[in-house]
Amino acid sequence: MVRKRKVIKKPPRLKKKIYSVRNIRKPKLAVWKFSSCDGCQLSLLDCEDELLTITEHIEIANFPEASSAVTKGPYDISLVEGSITTPHDAERIHQVRRQSKVLISIGACATAGGIQALRNFKDVKNFISAIYANPKYIETLNKSTPIADHVFVDFELRGCPISKYQLVEVINAFLNGRKPNTPSYAVCVECKRRFITCGLIAHGPTCLGPVTQAGCNALCPSYHRGCFGCFGPKETPNTTALSEYWKSLGVKEDELMRLFRGFNAYSEAFRRESEAHEK
Amino acid sequence: MLIPRHSAEKAKHMKSKTIKVDYLARVEGEGGITVKVSGKKVTDVRFNIFEPPRFFEAFLRGRHYSEVPDITARICGICPVAYQMSSIQAIENAFGITVDEQLRLLRRLVYCGEWIESHALHIFMLHAPDFLGYADAIQMAKDHGPIVQMALKIKKVGNDIINIVGGREIHPINIRVGGFYKLPLKSELDSLKERLAWAIEASLQAVKFTSKLRFPDFERPYEYVALRHNKEYPINEGKLISNKGLNIDINDYENHFMEEHVSHSNALHSILKERGAYFVGPLARFNLNLDKLTPAAQEAAKAAGIGKGTNNPFKSIIVRAIEMLYACEEALRIIKDYEVPMKSAEEIKPKLGTGYGCSEAPRGILYHRYRMNDRGIVQEAKIVPPTSQNQKMMEQDLREYVQSHLNLSQEKLTWQCEQTIRNYDPCISCATHFLKLKFEND
Repeated sequence: MVRKRKVIKKPPRLKKKIYSVRNIRKPKLAVWKFSSCDGCQLSLLDCEDELLTITEHIEIANFPEASSAVTKGPYDISLVEGSITTPHDAERIHQVRRQSKVLISIGACATAGGIQALRNFKDVKNFISAIYANPKYIETLNKSTPIADHVFVDFELRGCPISKYQLVEVINAFLNGRKPNTPSYAVCVECKRRFITCGLIAHGPTCLGPVTQAGCNALCPSYHRGCFGCFGPKETPNTTALSEYWKSLGVKEDELMRLFRGFNAYSEAFRRESEAHEK
Repeated sequence: MLIPRHSAEKAKHMKSKTIKVDYLARVEGEGGITVKVSGKKVTDVRFNIFEPPRFFEAFLRGRHYSEVPDITARICGICPVAYQMSSIQAIENAFGITVDEQLRLLRRLVYCGEWIESHALHIFMLHAPDFLGYADAIQMAKDHGPIVQMALKIKKVGNDIINIVGGREIHPINIRVGGFYKLPLKSELDSLKERLAWAIEASLQAVKFTSKLRFPDFERPYEYVALRHNKEYPINEGKLISNKGLNIDINDYENHFMEEHVSHSNALHSILKERGAYFVGPLARFNLNLDKLTPAAQEAAKAAGIGKGTNNPFKSIIVRAIEMLYACEEALRIIKDYEVPMKSAEEIKPKLGTGYGCSEAPRGILYHRYRMNDRGIVQEAKIVPPTSQNQKMMEQDLREYVQSHLNLSQEKLTWQCEQTIRNYDPCISCATHFLKLKFEND
């Protein structure tokens, strides 16, 4: 159903180039999917306690996974899930950008290429022939790339999957014209705050916590296992020092490479480190 | 506008037509439908899957067994537990490990959590709006507020089970080959008891609610395939059986099933070598395992007017509600009997060999096979998700449904075609490692 809005105000530009949509009465939210597992957009439906309240304040105008109704753009906030892996998607993301005032990429696929970016280190043709009987039917790009490689992104929300609380915070922040309050420090900080015994010492050496961005509230360490980097590299991560420390404890090169080749394998810092340990 | 009274008259006016849905909504992932009608005959049906391929089987090669459950979880954000369970089962099978009963029950508990969460999502947020004529659950909430709120609450109970046992609801982190990283405390699980008792009552209401919906008259002689366990309703394990004589161990799967690659889909079509298309999922499980449901669930099914031999795929929404009821009861039972196991995981010794795993994801059987080397590194992986197994049946349903309902208006027919696909709760993200609807009149 197409609903015409009477007044479209241009969003005011704030000091830190943050676009606010607070002056628009009921802002329109769109959710877009590219190559992904659907988990991050599901986070929105997983806000069981908040969902109906959220929809009182914003109009979910385009969200195919949840609704067959589509309100035409432009949209005030677009949440983009998934990475770009096909020529068609590389075109489509530009259409999405054109219809969106604020574009927020959500999850490891959209911010770093995701687990499917493991193809970026290999020849994709071998991958296709390993799975599909008729490779010629499959159209795909050589690399899986994050949204920001293709269009301007207003905010990147990290995580595999994203934290639903951070998602609500980010939507709230943009609705009120303020900076989202999401940390850029390491998982270690959350770990210390929760008085969790350091996993690097207690549960074997391989914890990516020191170089991984916080946001999960030190989930894995609280379950007696090392962090495996769901939220991607933190600000200024010293991956080399961490690798050297692991090596001194007897961690082998191939294991080091695999540690950095997870869901954020194609993020700059993790990519360089994993390549340093590739034979 | 001329409105033809019956199909023959209509056929004159539309020598050929196409029913087309470019981007199917309320399903997980990207797909579409194209149905071509020429005169009075459906000439072509295609369920296109354009969700980009993600090549999981290829990049699992060379990974360590301990990483596999974390990687396979990422195939699907709606049913990560299923992927973790099937892969763990396969790897343990390769290494010759069996876990003790308490760990097995804890796995069953977290799987119940996923069934509750996934079924609640599909029944109320994706499928019920079809029957009631709404675009989505949020619009539905305006007229059916208490129902939608109840749905969200049931869903939350399921998610909280996964949260407590698995660490988080999407891509849990506590599930590993051999068992768990950390065992939940009895007090943590006990905190769920009261809400599960409520969820059982709510699920009974859900069964009543779904049984009162209006169902199109449509039945087909399906071949159902599901797991069968000698003691319990199948979730984690069992033998593979069908209503047409299949009865095999899961390691025999590839001798009886094969995958085809068709041009209009990025997901492989899976078929039975001998008999072609088959049906997996709640309706299949229900028809083959009705006797294993709890007395309350069997009673609820009877009251809802369905039993063995329910062949109307639209009624799968009732079956999902019954399974949701079962999963709540089963979860409560496991929690009541829970004693913290002696150890969180069995000791793992990697071994050269091939392992097979198959479990009942909310959408149907999910098959995994891994070939491992002696250092525990994956040499080869094969994953067959439920949606790719149902694809062929979905296309056949579309063909039959359109053929027998050509008298309906294009608008109504398109809507019901979408519904025909949603009966299967397809998960396209899973199937490509898959939805969109198109009708064409040429």
